[in-house]
Amino acid sequence: MGINYVLKRLAIMVPIFFLVVTLVFFMIRFAPGGPFSSEKTVSAAILKNLEAKYHMDEPLLSQYVRYWKDLFRGDLGPSFKHANRTVNEIIAEALPISLELGLLALTWAVLIGVSAGGLAALKPNTVYDYVPMAFSILGICLPTFVVGPVLVLVFGLWLQWLPVAGWETWQDRVLPSLTLGFAYAAYISRLTRGGLIEIRGQEFIRTARAKGLSESEIVIKHSLRGGLLPVVSYLGPALAGIITGALVTETIFNIPGLGRFFIESAVNRDYTVVMGTSLLYFTLIFICNFLVDIIYAILDPRVKYE
Amino acid sequence: MKPLLSIQDYKAHFYTRRGIVKAVNGITYDVHPGQTLAIVGESGSGKSVSQLSYLGLLPTPPLKIMGGQVLFDGNDLLQMSEDQLRKIRGDKISMIFQEPMTSLNPYLKIGSQMIEPLVIHRKKTKKEAWKLATQALERVGLSRADQAMESYPHEFSGGMRQRVMIAMALTTDPKLLIADEPTTALDVTVQAQILELLKSIQQENKMAMILITHDLGVVAGSADEVVVMYAGRVFETGSVDDIFYRSQHPYTRALLRSTPRLDKLEKELPVIQGNPPDLISVSEGCPFYERCSYQKEICKREFPRESSLGAKHKWFCHVEKIS
Repeated sequence: MGINYVLKRLAIMVPIFFLVVTLVFFMIRFAPGGPFSSEKTVSAAILKNLEAKYHMDEPLLSQYVRYWKDLFRGDLGPSFKHANRTVNEIIAEALPISLELGLLALTWAVLIGVSAGGLAALKPNTVYDYVPMAFSILGICLPTFVVGPVLVLVFGLWLQWLPVAGWETWQDRVLPSLTLGFAYAAYISRLTRGGLIEIRGQEFIRTARAKGLSESEIVIKHSLRGGLLPVVSYLGPALAGIITGALVTETIFNIPGLGRFFIESAVNRDYTVVMGTSLLYFTLIFICNFLVDIIYAILDPRVKYE
Repeated sequence: MKPLLSIQDYKAHFYTRRGIVKAVNGITYDVHPGQTLAIVGESGSGKSVSQLSYLGLLPTPPLKIMGGQVLFDGNDLLQMSEDQLRKIRGDKISMIFQEPMTSLNPYLKIGSQMIEPLVIHRKKTKKEAWKLATQALERVGLSRADQAMESYPHEFSGGMRQRVMIAMALTTDPKLLIADEPTTALDVTVQAQILELLKSIQQENKMAMILITHDLGVVAGSADEVVVMYAGRVFETGSVDDIFYRSQHPYTRALLRSTPRLDKLEKELPVIQGNPPDLISVSEGCPFYERCSYQKEICKREFPRESSLGAKHKWFCHVEKIS
């Protein structure tokens, strides 16, 4: 994998980026309603002023061109709903919080998921398999708005070990990241179990046994690398989703993250925020998938990119 | 001569949902130092299971060892703990397998797989082991062994990978090499090279070899002694000449007749009628009974006792004389 491959990947991003901007721009505007339609009836004069301020009185095409011009300067425009705030400001404030929450949640997810799945794969069809996998089903089925409040109830209110909301101290981070990571841990544990069980049925594992390797050496040296490839593939989209899609967790724990803006903007027809968060999501997905592909090639020598 | 490996009335069964599969159903034979014993039989005759099972290479359950003895250097492998067995595997007893494509780990460099037996059993440092493993690759005829150590399995052809497997199995100078269909997955020309290589190494190292195969051509070219297996039982054992020229068992004869030969071109190759029995419902009698053209009433009821001619040639059949 050389510099050529990286350039190629970046080159492919250009037309997709153009497409995303165009599609989101027109789709959100063709959707019924507008940023000011849910307001209590404002007088026609005020509405006209508002529209003039945000250039909504211009033809759609010139608005589109204007958006591109601003975008090239790195300006995502002003928010339609949050007065006196730009989309750039909103992202600059919320992204670091979402990034921290997301990475913490994913760390939990990998730690818990890989150990539970590994345990299940080592002793398939025993209690070490059934118990983690039962929890995993639970984790996949239980929505965040159930897991979050239950954790708050147990660790926040009954045991009083951890704070129930906020985003100041490290203790504040524990419950939200666990809540957010729970479902991902559940899914990763199943991927780990499946991947490891498949690898352990391979003939090279028998070769390793025939050479006299111990079970732990077989797991660490011969199984994990291939067995965790499905998890690695999953982590790319998971990371992007976990950063932007934490609305429920953010709401439960009152965290000023991105997820809230992502959803609210769509409901409010806050055109510029919808555009900004969508583009951010696209960029995150792109970067995460790119990283995953690179890691994949490092783990599996048979994968070659040209 | 004292045998290196002595298998006595060894039984290993699989406990499956459908019932008990009597994969190895009381087998007895010896392997002597420096000699090659070929185990021949159709698919499902228990040739591989009879070897893999006593080395602890098959999952238990479903496999269960039901009895007998497997004496290696006088010690019963069946009585050993997993830890004791592990110390023998890859050290005194090495194995090579049928599929060189899948028997090497695709994620690891050849070198880091090659050094494992030396590091585990001989307590070599990685550096020493790397050097020894490189030499081992040279011995099996791999050019540029240095580079090969740094390569990954997918960069090699099947024949090359089998050479790597052989070199790896031999790094610890094993007393016994078990080769499970080592040439089945290879081209015919490569087959010959690999067999030649095994033979020369064996003579050099005075190592015993168990060659599991269904290819009688391979047997004729490389074995000293032969065990003919069918449905988990041994039907006939003897020297290569005993089996090829003086075979006494109807099954061995049928097997020989159904092998294509270059010197006797026939229009149609004879086949053995019928199919091997389902090992779940196998009876007390001779498992070949239904397909045998010499079948007698007694064959159905009891497995025949051993008949022998000389010290080595033994067979199990109720029929006195076959034509």
